[in-house]
Formats: sequence, C-alpha cells, structure tokens
Amino acid sequence: MQGISKRYGGVRALQDAQLAIEAGRIHAVLGENGAGKSTLIKIMAGVVAPDEGLMLLDGKPVSFASPAAANDAGIVCIFQELSLIPDLSVADNIAISNPPRRFGLIDRRAQRRMAEEALARAGAEGIHPLALVKDLSLSRRQMVEIAKALARQPRILILDEATSALTAADVTKIYAVLKRLRAEGLALLYISHRMHEITELADECTVFCNGRSVASYAAGTKTDNEVVELMIGREYSGVFPTRTPRTASDATARLELRRLCWTDKLNDISLQLHAGEVIGLGGLDGQGQRELLLALFGVLRGTTGQVLVDGKPVDITGPSVAKRAEIGMALIPEDRKTEGLMLPMSVRENLSFAALGRLSRWGVVDAAAERGAVERIVRLLAVRTDGIDLSAGSLSGGNQQKLVIGKWLMMAPRIILLNDPTRGIDVGTKQEIYTLLRELAEAGAAILFYSTDYDELVGCCDRVLVMYDGAIKRELVGAQITERALVSSALNIDADARQAAAA
Amino acid sequence: MAETYTLATLRSRVDPAIAAAFGCIVLLLLLGSLYSSSFLSPQYLLQQLKVASFLGVIATGAMIVILLGQIDLSVPWVVAVGGMMATAATGWGPLGQALAIPVGVACGVVLGLVSGFGVAFLRLPSMIVTLAVNAIAQGLMVVHTGGFSPQDASSPAMRFIATGHSLFGIPNALLVWAAVGAAAVFLLTRTTFGRTVYAIGNRERAAYLSGARTRGVVMAAFAIAGGLSAFGGVLLAGYASKAAQAMGDPYLLPAIAAVVLGGTAILGGRGSYLGTVAGVILITLLQSILSVMQMEEFGRHVIYGVVIIAMLLVYGRGRRHSE
Amino acid sequence: MSGDWPYRLREHRGTLLAFAAFVAMFAIYAANHPAGLNANVATTAANKGVLLAIVAMAQTLVVLTSGIDLSVGMVMVLANCLASGIAVGSPLMTALGVAGVLVVGCVCGAINGLIVIYGRLQPIVTTIATGSVYYGAALALRRVPGGDINAGLADALTGQLPGGVPASLALLLALVLIVWLPWRRAAIGRAAYALGSSEVAAYMSGVPIRRAQFVAYTLAGLLASVAGLFVTCITYSGEASAANGSTYTLYSIAAVVLGGVSLFGGSGSAVGAIFGALMFRSIGDLLFVFNLDPLWQPLFQGVVLAAAVCLGSVRLLQVRNRLELYG
Repeated sequence: MQGISKRYGGVRALQDAQLAIEAGRIHAVLGENGAGKSTLIKIMAGVVAPDEGLMLLDGKPVSFASPAAANDAGIVCIFQELSLIPDLSVADNIAISNPPRRFGLIDRRAQRRMAEEALARAGAEGIHPLALVKDLSLSRRQMVEIAKALARQPRILILDEATSALTAADVTKIYAVLKRLRAEGLALLYISHRMHEITELADECTVFCNGRSVASYAAGTKTDNEVVELMIGREYSGVFPTRTPRTASDATARLELRRLCWTDKLNDISLQLHAGEVIGLGGLDGQGQRELLLALFGVLRGTTGQVLVDGKPVDITGPSVAKRAEIGMALIPEDRKTEGLMLPMSVRENLSFAALGRLSRWGVVDAAAERGAVERIVRLLAVRTDGIDLSAGSLSGGNQQKLVIGKWLMMAPRIILLNDPTRGIDVGTKQEIYTLLRELAEAGAAILFYSTDYDELVGCCDRVLVMYDGAIKRELVGAQITERALVSSALNIDADARQAAAA
Repeated sequence: MAETYTLATLRSRVDPAIAAAFGCIVLLLLLGSLYSSSFLSPQYLLQQLKVASFLGVIATGAMIVILLGQIDLSVPWVVAVGGMMATAATGWGPLGQALAIPVGVACGVVLGLVSGFGVAFLRLPSMIVTLAVNAIAQGLMVVHTGGFSPQDASSPAMRFIATGHSLFGIPNALLVWAAVGAAAVFLLTRTTFGRTVYAIGNRERAAYLSGARTRGVVMAAFAIAGGLSAFGGVLLAGYASKAAQAMGDPYLLPAIAAVVLGGTAILGGRGSYLGTVAGVILITLLQSILSVMQMEEFGRHVIYGVVIIAMLLVYGRGRRHSE
Repeated sequence: MSGDWPYRLREHRGTLLAFAAFVAMFAIYAANHPAGLNANVATTAANKGVLLAIVAMAQTLVVLTSGIDLSVGMVMVLANCLASGIAVGSPLMTALGVAGVLVVGCVCGAINGLIVIYGRLQPIVTTIATGSVYYGAALALRRVPGGDINAGLADALTGQLPGGVPASLALLLALVLIVWLPWRRAAIGRAAYALGSSEVAAYMSGVPIRRAQFVAYTLAGLLASVAGLFVTCITYSGEASAANGSTYTLYSIAAVVLGGVSLFGGSGSAVGAIFGALMFRSIGDLLFVFNLDPLWQPLFQGVVLAAAVCLGSVRLLQVRNRLELYG
C-alpha cells in the first residue's frame, strides 16, 4: 500500500501511509488508538475506500468495492466477533458464506467436516462444531471467528486486535497457529499495541502514529523503549493542565471500595478516591476496568463487597439511585452514540435529561429553567452546535461527548466516572475535556476514569491504578506516572502471568 | 452552514408526515364533496368528528405505547372490559351508577398495569404480553356475561358524554376527545414522564444509564393506555346505550394505523399528537367516504389497506444498510 | 458423534419443551376422556388443531426473520373463499383449483415480502394493511357465505386413514416434510435464521438477506393458503369472516411463542410451533374432560398463555449485567 490517505469529516485518519507485506512473513502493525491502524485495515479489507493512494496486490493495482470482493482476492480480515450469528452453530457460522451443498440443500456432514478442519487449523479443536455461538465465551467466539476466516482459504490474513478477547491459554495456541500459517506461505498482518505479542510473532513491524506510518523495520532491530517512543511520537507535546501536587489527605474518602467482586471479572478490588483527586485506571484492554465503573454505578448485579460514600455504606442498585444527591455519582459511558445520548432527540433534550427532576416541579418541566440551564452548559463547554433544538446526531463526535459530559454536569456530581471519554475525539476537544476535568477536580469532585490513551493517564491523573485480570496490581502515584511505567507495568504483569500459567 | 440550519429547523418544525396526513384529509374532503354536496356540511363534519372521537381516545393510548417502542394488542378486550364493567356498575345501585365511568376506566388501568409489569419487569415482548392480557380480559368478560350479550344499560352519565351536545352544539364526545388530547399533549411535551417516554423509545439503554426510572415509566404508559382503551369502551357503551360482545375488535388495527399514518414511528421515539389526530380523522373520513360512495364493503377494505401502504411508502420508509 | 446429543438438545430446546408439554396435556386428556379416545373424537380434535398448526407454521417462517405477519389469517380467509369457488368439479378442475389457491397464497406472501424489502416498511404495519386488502379480496369473492368443494378432496383431508389416524395429521406431516424441512436445511432457510439472529452480522457475512426475507414471506403465504383450503374442506363452504381471520392471526402468534420460537427472530422451529398450536387448541378440550364449565375456557386459555409466556423471562435470573436487558 502506498500513499494511502483517508479523512473522516474533520479528522484525518490516515495521511500518506505506507505498508508492504510479503508472503510467508508476519507483519506487525503497532500504534495507539486513533493512530490509523484500523482505518488502514478497513481499506485493505474492502470495507471503506481510500481518498488517495494506491493498493498493489502481487504488483498489480487493485481496489475493492466490498468485503466480498476483497475476500475473492484472497484477503480475509478477522473481526472481533461482530460477524458471528449468535443463534447458529459454530459449523453453520464457519460455512455461512459458501456452504457445501447436496441436492440444493446444505450438506451437513460436509459442512461439519469443513468446520472441524477449520477449527483444527485455528488450534480450536476443543470447540464442538454443533455448539451455538451464543453459548460460547468471548474467547471461544474469537477462535471461531479465526476458524471462519481460515475456511475461506486466504492468502493474506489480517488480524485486528484479534487476541484482546482471548484467555492466556488460547493466546498461546494462536501463536502456534499463526507460526504454522506463516510456514504454509500465508502473509499475515497482525495489528496490536501489545509489545510482547509483537516480540513473539513478528518478522517485520510498522509503527503508526497520528495517522502516519512513521517507521518500518525488521523485528528485533529496535528496543522496546525506542518503539514506545515512536508510538508516542515527538510532535505531540500533549498540553495538559498543570496539576497542583496533592498532599495525602486524611479526610474521609469521597468514595471507598472494600473487596468488590463480581463474577470472574472483578476480583477483590479495594480503593479510595478523595475529593479533588483524579484517578486513572490503566492496564491492558479488557482487564475489568469497564466492569469496575459499571459496578460502581449500580449496573451490575451480584456484586459483593462494600461501597462507601463519604464514609457511609451505600447500596447502589442502579443509575437512578447513583445520581441521587446524597451519592452524587455520574457515569460517562463507553459508547456515546448508543449509551450516552438519544441521537434523534434535540441537544436541549439530551442535555437536560439526567437533571430533569431538578428542572421540573411536580413532574412538569420548567421550560424556561431548562433552556437557561442548557444554554449555560453549552457556553461553559463551548459546544459547537447550530442550535439547541437540532438533533444531537448532527454534532461531531467531540461535541457529542461534550453533551454527555454536560448532561451530567447539570447534576453537579460529586463523583464522576468516565469510561474512555476521549476515544475517537479530535485533539482540540480532548484538550478542552482535560482542562474541564482538572477544573472539576479543583472544585471538589472526585474523578475516576478509564483510558486506553497513555498520554491522558500521564497528563491528567494524580494516581493511576493498573489493573490486570480484574484486580488492581499496581498503583502509580504522581511523578511515578510515566508512559514508560504504564506500558511496562502493563506488560510486565502479563509476562509474569504467562510464566505462572506456563508453570 | 446557513442553508443546513434553516432546512434542519424547518424539517424539525414541520413534520412531513403530518403535512401529508392533513393533505390527504383535504383531498378526501374534496373527493367526498364530489359525491355528495352535504359532505362538506358542518353537521356532517361534526358527525364525523364525533365518530372519530371514539377511535381518537383509543388511539391516544396506542400512541403512547408505540412511542415507547412497544405495541398494545390488548385493545380489543380492554375496550370491551371498559364498556361492560361500566354498564355492570350502573346496575349496582345509585353509588354504582355514579361511579360507573371511573370503574370502567379503573379496570382498564389494572389490565394495563399487568401488561406494563410484563414488559417493564419481566422484559417480555409487548406483543405477546398484551396478547395474553387480551385473552385474559376476554376470558373474564365471557365469565362475567355468562356468554350472552351483556344486558346492563349504560348510566345516564355515560350516555351524556357519548351522545349529548353542549357548547354551541358541539358533540360531547368530541369535547371529551379534545380534553383527552390536550392532556396527552401536555403529558408528552411538558412533563418528565413524556420526555422519558420519548427517550425510552429512542434509546432505552441511554435513558437507563442517565438514571431515568424507565421501568416505572413503562408501567405507567401501559396503565394509561389500558385506561384510555377502557375509556373508549365506556364511550362506546354510552353511545349504544349498552355494551356488546367483541365491541372492541374493530378498533385495534385502525388505532395502530391512525398512529402510524400520523407520523409516529412504529419503532418508537418519534411522533407528535397532532399527527395522531390527523391520522384518526383521516381513517374515519376514509371509512365514511367509502360508505358514501356506496362502495361495496370489499372495496372499502382494499382501498383502506392500499391507502395506508401508499402513505407509508411516501414518508414512513426505513434506511438502507449502506446508510 | 455420540458427544453430539447435548448440542442437538440445546439447539432444539424450545421445540422439545413444547413437545413434552403437549404430550403431557394430551395424555391427561386421553386418560380422562369419558368416551375414550376413539377415532372420530381424535379426528375432530385433530382437524381443529391442524388448522391452527398450519397457520402457526406460516407465522413461524416470518417470525424467524424477526418480522411478523398479521395478514396470515386474512390470507387463510381469502384462500377459503377462493377454494370454495374453484376447487370444485372434476378431479382435473379440482386440482387446477387447488393449484390456483396455492398460487394466490404465494402471491399474497410475495407482496408482503416485497413491500417489507423494497418499501423498507416495518412488517407489523405492512401486514396490517395488506391483511385488509386480502380480506377485501375475500369479500369480493364471497359477499355471502357459500360455495362448495370437491367432496372427495374434503373427505380425504379431513377424514381418516386406514387405522383410524386422522388424515389431517398426514397433511401436516406432508407439509413439514415438503415445505419446512427443505427450507430449514437449505441455504436460504439458514439465511433467514441468520437475519433474525443478527442482521448486522448477517450483512457482514454476506448472507443474502433480501432473498431470505422474500422466500420466508412467500412461503408463509403459501402455507396460509393451504390452511384456507383446509378450512374449506372442513366447512364445505367459503366465508369471508373477519373475526375468524383476526382470531387465527393472533392465535398463531400465541402458538409460535408457546412453541419456543423467539419473537425476536433467529431461533425456534415450525415443529415447535405446531406443538404450540396443538397445545393451545387442546386447552379447551382439557376443560371439557374435567367437566369444567366451558364458560371458563377463554379465561383458562388466557391464563395458560400468560403463564407459558412468563417462562420466557426465566433467563432474567441469569443476567448479571443489566445493560444486556436494554437494547
């Protein structure tokens, strides 16, 4: 791929990207979220078309109008379980695009053989072909997704963060599978931001940063530190508001958790959050950070352990309880489009929704108060909209996220939980959100947020709790929080765990 | 920028569906006047509005449930329950007679609460919950009437609100519908309940995560719909001076059609009461034009169905996958 | 292969539950019937049950694609009226008549499908409107009840086979073997399941969504017309009864749910819906057998339906993340 560029609205997802993949080798693509990796893959797999640039297959220019076209050319992309049909069996799913037929009907036996072969090739022999996909764990579904891709006999196989849902044991199996496929002559493109995987697998690496392919090199020729630096990028200075160094406070913690547990996702979590503090949750994706925030907000059922607000034990049974004045919690959820906003409704209606009780008397909404409060928030957050009565869907991603935050600011929350708040947002809005968080903390709120962006954790947080496997494994305080420390502590923990699993 | 602003605000102010519905009403009126000169006379129009009132009250309840993204298929027998229980209460002495209307409505509210519980707390599909409630309501009424036509008469109050005239000769039934409609508009546009209904219809998950009491609102919405269906039954019983078996059957599908033709999205979250009013009038006019034209019954059904499809194709279409 | 059974059980769980419930119900009925289970009793009961079962099969096909067909009852009525007119006379004429009825059923289903697919209208409102059109057509054919049907055909379908087995059950079995199973096993049937289970994933996997919808709606119309033909065989006449049509439509939805088919689409089987229909129909017979006042039948039917439906919320107990409850 040469000179590929792609814009999404005002955000330049890719700029002049280059990538060269060869048969019989594993090529790793590294980069942080928003660096452009996913966009490049979507272009390769035929899901979107590039604005500029050239794609050459075996030296000949190609372009794909649809994923099916890319498949026919031998390029198969492994999704993160979005393409599996939950109510159908594993065998049905693997053969869904082109089932073997006999007399016009699906030949079940041939299909089952096909599935068994594909599953074996994917190292997933333990999965029964007749199992229903919806009964499988996330990890097994991912394995089925891999088997499904292999059943299409690809020449180039793209894995986009394919191991994020896998258990440690399955990950090891996948390594073996990928190496075998490499020996068979497939070209493999492996996207990840986990360095230990890259070290294990890759022959060549390309690093993406802010939409550009900044470096391509043979694996092993750069140290981890150098690679991290490439991923961070020198040009992004990341202006963060200054933090006043905080002295350890003896005051009662605004929020305290004692031994919180939930199914197997949260294991014995204890933490303290003080007023005016900004605490970050770090660690690899999927270690329970999101579940922790949901548990605090009352969305999860069957949690054990104690939650105390201002020293008093509380029983938060749901968001309507969490937002009450005595608790004062707010959650900015993971997906603003489906969890944070009602997109077809107006900006005004979205902003006032959480605080509707306070803006109304005896159930009747005070329209003047609502308008005043909404306009105040719009000014405060500098939401760029053409009118508060237009639908929220007309706003850009960054402004939509401001709506979600603004909605909760109307409640004057004392504890603010944020679930990856700046994902997919332009840099300018990110800065505004960082400043806002700092101001809120200074005004006395206690903030807990999960982020996949190391820069943010470094720049915004007073403390960072690094999580692994549903528990807090390490706490970094103040000056200890550096990108290197975050990256390496997340990785070291994994390495230790793998050693423990292998033992 | 300026063009998108005005276009967007314009589109948000004038719902194309409502405009289309009122346009069709005008068309139908013109068509009707071609057949009969008295079609446009005030008496006839008032008569039409009176007939429309019964459907209008029932459609109000249907609309609230549809706005939630659900459906209420219990209308047929909740209507019957309303009519039959109100007339039964009339036979219970003077106290019963005075309370006939509230008794009828209360029965509907109770049935609505049952439906609401099934949808809100048991998370069952509303289609089947309300079907079951419909079957239970039918069963209860069969037992109550012993399988015969109900013999109880309606109370004078019932007859008054359904057939009387006041205020310059405006039919009481129309005034009742207007009152119900005004209350519905207020509820939907000015209260937290109404705002939450729209929010749930748009994105229940976001409404829940914003701390809205979604379960209570869903139950209340079904209770209101049940009460309004029963109230429609009370009105019908007042109009005919008594209740009848299966009196609610002809109102289910027209109620849904009226709501949808008025621009309310069947999947919920979008729609205004003005549209429902237009839809109810449209359906009533359509049915009466077809009888004025002395079209045979079969033609009426065919045209009825075709008109609904045609209008929906004009403004009710969904989106393609590629969008 | 021996390790397959747990998975097959899981896949057909809804259907098996419906089957077990029906068998239990029927056993109670047969054991307590005062006259004993003779062939005539069985035949009458079977005819009633099979009629609803065929309509339930039609509804199943559409529900599997996460749609709904509120016009099945009206297509049945239309087919009834049409059959009472053309399925008469010589065997050849009757055969042509039957073919005509089936074709009309397919056309009705196809119209539903086309409007849903290309008009992009929601199935619920589409089928309400088309149901009205089909009813109008039925009324046009039979303004008053009347007509006839070839006696040989009627007797064959509603009578008994040698050995006392009701012929209607054989018809049902034939429909399952000729329509349901081939569709289920074909790629187009599986595409329908995929569509109902997750439209997004089906689209991403390149499943032929539109074709699957079209075939499902068309076959539903076909089955509804078979039901209408069967009505004609029972009553020897055609009647454009709106009450009948809407009753069977709503009952078909109940039967489908009782049969373990998910109203959200993607799981369940027409076989389950058949047992659901037979169950639903036999509730009334149970009351008769236990000498309960037939007055209580509708209420009993409603309560049983409500109870069965509530079983569907048992899965709530297992949900640990409340976000899963909110779509």
